[in-house]
Amino acid sequence: MAAVTTSAERSLNKLAIVGVLIVTIIFLAPIYWIASTAFKPRNLATTIPPTVVFQPEISPFVKLFTKRSQLRTAPTPEQYAAAPWWERLVFDGGEKVVRSGRGDVQWSGYPNRFMNSLIVAITSTILAVGMGTFTAYGFSRFKIKGEQDLLFFILSTRMLPPVVVAIPMFLMYRAVGLNDTHWGLIILYTAFNLSFSVWLMKGFMDEIPKEYEEAALVDGYTRMEAFFKIVLPEAATGIAATAVFCFITAWNEYAFALIMTNRRAQTAPPFIPSQVGSGLSDWTVIAAGTFLFLLPVAIFTFLLRNHLLRGMSFGAIRK
Amino acid sequence: MATAVMTTLDPKSRSAARGMSDLSIRNLFIIPTIVFLIVFNIFPLLYSLGYSFTDFRASSPAAANFVGLQNYRELLNDPFIWSNFAITAKYVIVSVVGQVIVGFGVALLLNRDIPLKGLLTTLLLLPMMLSMAVVGLFWKLLYDPSFGIINYTLGLGSFEWLSNPDMALYAVAITDIWMWSPFVMLLSLAGLSAVPKHLYEAAAIDRAGSFYTFFRITLPLVAPILMIAIIFRTMEAFKTFDLAYILTSQPTTEVISIRLYKMAFQEWQTGRSCALAYIVLIMILAITNIYVKYLNKVKER
Repeated sequence: MAAVTTSAERSLNKLAIVGVLIVTIIFLAPIYWIASTAFKPRNLATTIPPTVVFQPEISPFVKLFTKRSQLRTAPTPEQYAAAPWWERLVFDGGEKVVRSGRGDVQWSGYPNRFMNSLIVAITSTILAVGMGTFTAYGFSRFKIKGEQDLLFFILSTRMLPPVVVAIPMFLMYRAVGLNDTHWGLIILYTAFNLSFSVWLMKGFMDEIPKEYEEAALVDGYTRMEAFFKIVLPEAATGIAATAVFCFITAWNEYAFALIMTNRRAQTAPPFIPSQVGSGLSDWTVIAAGTFLFLLPVAIFTFLLRNHLLRGMSFGAIRK
Repeated sequence: MATAVMTTLDPKSRSAARGMSDLSIRNLFIIPTIVFLIVFNIFPLLYSLGYSFTDFRASSPAAANFVGLQNYRELLNDPFIWSNFAITAKYVIVSVVGQVIVGFGVALLLNRDIPLKGLLTTLLLLPMMLSMAVVGLFWKLLYDPSFGIINYTLGLGSFEWLSNPDMALYAVAITDIWMWSPFVMLLSLAGLSAVPKHLYEAAAIDRAGSFYTFFRITLPLVAPILMIAIIFRTMEAFKTFDLAYILTSQPTTEVISIRLYKMAFQEWQTGRSCALAYIVLIMILAITNIYVKYLNKVKER
């Protein structure tokens, strides 16, 4: 609000500042707890009272990436001395790194799932934003019979509950062998994000003045040239914002991944929870996996901050 | 500039002469998307509509038998399914009401002279951007009766959240409120910042109380955007699956999506689950319809 004058107003404002700070602390506490648990020694993860001050460790991340087993007997000093620094961290935790017969370190399931998440999210984002940009231009610039109905149809595909779509897709994928493949998930995520990308991109396209292309057409450009050389560069920010939103949606998706994949193409969201309650359930390792998984989205949220409103309202509300 | 030139030279005829016509470009740009969505969204739904009239089980090699409307009849007469819907409704109400109170409340606080407003707003928005499944999982640790920080901070001793049948649904809703209040806050902030300042000034001149100002100026002007947030969150809460599925396995938290998932992929009652999916689908489409009407209304303003 503009000018704060009266003393009552001023103290109200102070109250508001205190309120906002308290709310921010409460809202960030769970995220802080994930981040701090990811750097804790195992014995400090589940203490009462909770451990807030501690010497941060990297061992949860080492454990996250390696396959481990319980140590039956303590390593001999020679074994300990011969081990690289990260393996000693695992020894210190009372476990050992599992090695193959030839002595190669065995990886845990995590790096693989993380890669699957990257492959699926990036590919589906490129497809959804690519198709969405063309379609949005079509809707923005040309007369289309039943335009509102078509746009409603496109949006409604996004609103379908994943489990509802997953039942027939599971049967169809089983018939054509797409279950538990990257492409199976990529197709589903592309379909899911496509409607979002059309709606959001249409908003961005509507904001680019038609006159730009018309001038180009007069100068002898074809419509295609005008689209690629004039419209696309103008829409670059919108395309980037849409892409980040699509990436985040695909990256975070759980239900489809749970149903459609199990080993080969499984992404991180169904994998991380499956590690809780398994024999080696260790909250520091789960926190480390969660931390790495959330990090890209947290960074993207900061990059996207000026577009969040628009993205979350499907382009309906712009500031 | 361009319009002046256009009177002498029709751009359409020139671009049609060289390269593709506008009509074929339009079709080229739009048809693939429509086809893609029909093939991967509509066709599967037609496929499952067919199965919803059968006793098909995807786990057995037996062929599907046509049973007519039997699946629908049995589902609609099944008190357990209705209790799943009742749980879902309770969940929707608790979590959406919570999100509106917290989200709108925080937006009112943020709509003042707050230092570092931009940074604080972005930080507050963080929860809704994160993966429900993965962050939700971590709330299991926070809720833990013996070493969770929630009980410790609130001094609740070893209060059971997730393994208590009466409390579990509220625990899931609290996590959902934590994740999605920021969404209501974001939309409310947009609504609040669009309220013209002169209205407040006029109210101040008239010595209107803050109560009056809030209910007669602020709320009515923010209402349309708030409505969008409420309908959207209602739709999402109705579909909720990830959080409830990951946090607990109590029968009291078995929302309709979880029932559907179990029916389809654990009990393998494929035909019947297709019928239930259709019942859910019709409900969702009804809410979507209302949502889009509101979106268009706000867009027109």
